[in-house]
Amino acid sequence: MTEKIVLPPQPGKPSDVERIKTESNYLRGTLERTMNNPLSSGIPEDDNRLMKFHGSYLQDDRDLRNERQRQKLEPAYQFMVRVRTPGGAATPAQWLVMDEMARKYGNGSLKLTTRQAFQVHGILKWNVKKYMQEINEVLLDSLAACGDVNRNVMCNVNPNQSALHEEVYNWSAKLSEHLLPRTRAYHELWLDGEKVVDSQDVEIEPIYGAQYLPRKFKIGIAIPPSNDVDVFSQDIGLIAIVEDNQLVGFNVAVGGGMGMTHGDHETYPQLAREIGFITPDKLLETAEKIITIQRDYGNRSVRKNARFKYTIDARGLEWFQEELTRRLGWEIQQARPYTFERTGDEFGWIKGADGHWHYTLFIQNGRVKDFEDYQLLTGLREIAKVHTGDFRLTPNQNLMISNVTPQKKKKINTLIEQYKLTDGAHYSALRRNSIACVSLPTCGLAMAEAERYLPSLITKIDAIIDEAGLNETEIVIRMSGCPNGCSRAAMGEIGFIGKGPGKYNMYLGASFTGNRLNKIYRENIGEEEILAELRPILLHFAKDRLEGEHFGDFVIRAGYVTAVYDGREFH
Amino acid sequence: MKLQVINSPFNEEQVKLLNELLPKLTIEQKFWLNGYLSAPQATLEAIVEQAPTASQPVTKTITILYGSQTGNSQGLAEKYAAALKEQRVDVTVSSLGKFKASNLKKITNLLLIVSTHGEGDPPDQAIQFYEFLHSKRAPKLEHLQYSVLALGDSSYEFFCKTGKDFDEQFAKLGATRMVPRIDCDVDYDDAAAQWFAAVQQEFLQQTSSATSTSAHNEGAQVLEESTYSRKNPFYAEVLENLNLNGRGSNKETRHLELSIEGANFHFEPGDSIGILPENDEQLVNALLTALQFDSETEVTVFDETISIKDALQKKLEITVLSKPLLEKIAAYTAHKEFSKLLEEPQAWKDYAKGRDLLDLVEEFTPFTWSAQQFVALLRKIPARLYSIASSQKANSEEVHLTIGKVSYETAGRQRLGVCSGSVAERIQIGDTLPIYVHKNPNFRLPENNETPIIMIGAGTGVAPYRAFLEEREELGIEGKAWLIFGDQHFVTDFLYQTDWQRWLAAGTLSHMHVAFSRDTDKKVYVQHKLLENAACFYEWLEQGAVIYVCGDEKSMASDVDATIHQIIEQQGQKTPEEAKAYVNELKQQKRYQRDVY
Repeated sequence: MTEKIVLPPQPGKPSDVERIKTESNYLRGTLERTMNNPLSSGIPEDDNRLMKFHGSYLQDDRDLRNERQRQKLEPAYQFMVRVRTPGGAATPAQWLVMDEMARKYGNGSLKLTTRQAFQVHGILKWNVKKYMQEINEVLLDSLAACGDVNRNVMCNVNPNQSALHEEVYNWSAKLSEHLLPRTRAYHELWLDGEKVVDSQDVEIEPIYGAQYLPRKFKIGIAIPPSNDVDVFSQDIGLIAIVEDNQLVGFNVAVGGGMGMTHGDHETYPQLAREIGFITPDKLLETAEKIITIQRDYGNRSVRKNARFKYTIDARGLEWFQEELTRRLGWEIQQARPYTFERTGDEFGWIKGADGHWHYTLFIQNGRVKDFEDYQLLTGLREIAKVHTGDFRLTPNQNLMISNVTPQKKKKINTLIEQYKLTDGAHYSALRRNSIACVSLPTCGLAMAEAERYLPSLITKIDAIIDEAGLNETEIVIRMSGCPNGCSRAAMGEIGFIGKGPGKYNMYLGASFTGNRLNKIYRENIGEEEILAELRPILLHFAKDRLEGEHFGDFVIRAGYVTAVYDGREFH
Repeated sequence: MKLQVINSPFNEEQVKLLNELLPKLTIEQKFWLNGYLSAPQATLEAIVEQAPTASQPVTKTITILYGSQTGNSQGLAEKYAAALKEQRVDVTVSSLGKFKASNLKKITNLLLIVSTHGEGDPPDQAIQFYEFLHSKRAPKLEHLQYSVLALGDSSYEFFCKTGKDFDEQFAKLGATRMVPRIDCDVDYDDAAAQWFAAVQQEFLQQTSSATSTSAHNEGAQVLEESTYSRKNPFYAEVLENLNLNGRGSNKETRHLELSIEGANFHFEPGDSIGILPENDEQLVNALLTALQFDSETEVTVFDETISIKDALQKKLEITVLSKPLLEKIAAYTAHKEFSKLLEEPQAWKDYAKGRDLLDLVEEFTPFTWSAQQFVALLRKIPARLYSIASSQKANSEEVHLTIGKVSYETAGRQRLGVCSGSVAERIQIGDTLPIYVHKNPNFRLPENNETPIIMIGAGTGVAPYRAFLEEREELGIEGKAWLIFGDQHFVTDFLYQTDWQRWLAAGTLSHMHVAFSRDTDKKVYVQHKLLENAACFYEWLEQGAVIYVCGDEKSMASDVDATIHQIIEQQGQKTPEEAKAYVNELKQQKRYQRDVY
């Protein structure tokens, strides 16, 4: 029996969210009542905070917000539900249900997120429970997809070394499972699970405790040479170490994270720092202990300073390593060597070591829907109906149709051609390496457009790219509508972070392999200035680049910005 | 004229006091005083007795309003409120979104903390208040002293614009700055603290005698009858005209706010406004073309000689084909098909349904009439009545109406309701509409504020309940009040949704149920909600509740009536005859009031 977890005392008054968590009775709050209130399609803020732990946010269509306010109508409230898929893996049966739910309850589209999860937007309050029940039929859930807990665990999708990849993927699924909240609230609220009276003596949440974590927590596993999961952007970044084609363990990096607040230099994106190596059998234990350190020492007073990176930066990496050793009771080994080559995806057909085939589709900004001239949602539905392997959502918002048997390859390829599904080959390498977050109109945090805008901005940058002859040169470009960083814009060779309608801060100089942050180059500029600023730099790059030199490295060599390897030097 | 002992009935001391006071009065105050002094003596004495004595200590009161997007302004507002409360100040804190703009007239000290977003935009919750204050409806604020704390981000072009705008606008409206505005950048703590220190010093040092003047008393006002009527309508300026239905709705319900400043109208919740509408000019032109009359041809209608175009547009009904009209028209045509219409009893009805004079003239031309003969056949265009959706106690110079746009297609042509169509398609803010008050004494709130009320309405039938609740809110009544509302879709057709939500939160409305008929496979109507809550409904009736039903007779009120009978039978274990008697008794006691159409 675990005793109730008591947090060590902290300076400062706990934030309001801490009160909400404490009073929630392990994430129940008054959700059962407010989700059934027929007079509003929204729920109160306190319950929305709890709803996040259940994988859903209350949002509203911000395009209509002012108009509806005048009309004396409440905002066009709708729920976003994020479905947890560790390592981005989904079976064809799961894909078909996600597709059906998007059309039945959502806005007719699926968003593949930068953390390899599904998001469906536009679900009305009265349909949320039905949605949760129907996805549960195919063993999907949204528990802990958001909220102050460990989120969807990311994993590299590289299928080349089939058996090895499968082994690492299984570790990501185990990690996800091990770190899930244990409360029965999700089952009670959404799946009509039996109501259980929680014991007052035994801890319901042996890892998290009743207040859960101070802030969200993210884990990702990379398999070199691919760093598609942006392993240094994670709270815990794990790098699979392979020796003689065997997984021998993981290098562990801690304290990465993207979010910041405009104008507050005490907040910054940070890279995770490597602290050593562990063997696979120590993985769950190590992750759990790291999380308990953040649980006990993370800032519970000021949420914007609550991420793990600030906990470490405030006390130093040395303190953290000592504390971890104390909690583990053993010392972790020295980090092992490895090399990363890229963060982006490789598209088209690839054959794995076990003879199975994998096709990576280019999905612009991860948006899967039927466009006027591109039946992407329908095409993928037809593929899911015949596919016997699985799907992998990539960390770059693309989709891999994975584990296609040689016998099925022809059939799948016919469907790919029939629906003109694209591997992006006819796009510029810039567009193929682009990521945008959801932003407007549904995200409550958005300050500027992202997903709805980046494609047209890239079309304009492509004109410069063409002129410079850089059409096949890969450059990572990322846009976020706010500084919270869902698109990991601070790690783009070209990064845009929204400041206001049509206005962005422009950042340059992150590395192609994901081990360096970018740095601000111009503040608060609009499209005309963006193009005017980028043009001479891209032309300069085309003219003076060294053999194989990436754009992010070039802008540093050429002196446009300085290199940032520590978030504390980001501003 | 300056008052002196010799030219007035006052003694020396009184003259001195009056001469000090009178030049400082505003026009409105002088009018008020005039009415006050001419009220019946008994009323005056009663008021004098009630008036607070000068020696009573007046508590210092202040209102802190915030407009917050990310919570910074709200955080400061709450912090400062707590600090002032500790100094025994009576503080009210509210977001600009929740603050009723009309309450500006009632407060004397105001602190405003507001941020700026995007391209100099106010926070979402502040937009309506911002627009109100910058509109011509903004009240004079000479009684108000205020100070603004503006939050912003200096990397934006329009740094702190919202705060600056408010600051200037308050001054423009006559209010006095307590301390100067301070504009804060992203790192706002120090600048904000500096502002608040100045506010505290200034506000707490002021003597407490300068406050509390508005002991508004209805009894002292002399009600002067309005000179406006249906014959002599008041031309009310349109202050607001918007569609209450969200995008994607099948319906269009207009919310109209009219200025009645100077009309001297007196109305109560339950009353209606009559609008004297005009016909659509395009329809009139088409009709004149079909008739082959010159639009300038002079005709005499109702003893007035005007052009036929004006007559058809402004005076005469051209959109309804009644049987008497058809019979009169028959004298001017030899068309065989036309006479057939009048031979068979059902034929004219089938023809007339949804059609207007243009259809008839186009189809059965030629006619033998002259322009004068033609107009003589037509009746005067009737006024349209709409239930008032606002309380005069809450909005003394305004009246709000809820108008459902009538739109349908007959014989291949789109047709609009005469009045609702013009409001929806043509009437703009700033235009005027000829209106008068239509009393409806059979649709009244109970005299006893404790009496429970049950309000049932679908679509625009909800309008008078908005007036009821606004009135009860203004009077501070928190008794049992139950609203049952129905329409097609929750997302787009929940008329006045945020008003009901506010009243529910405040306790003005105690119960509410909604029925949306097209959201699920099952068609759910208001009567189904009554049945679901039958026990409670009957319990309220037994406690003396008054039932109100407002809306469409055919599609709602008759079903509701049958359901009320059914509930009384079931819950009261009565025979159908007994239930009928029970309902009749309710009607006798004015406890079952209907406004159906």
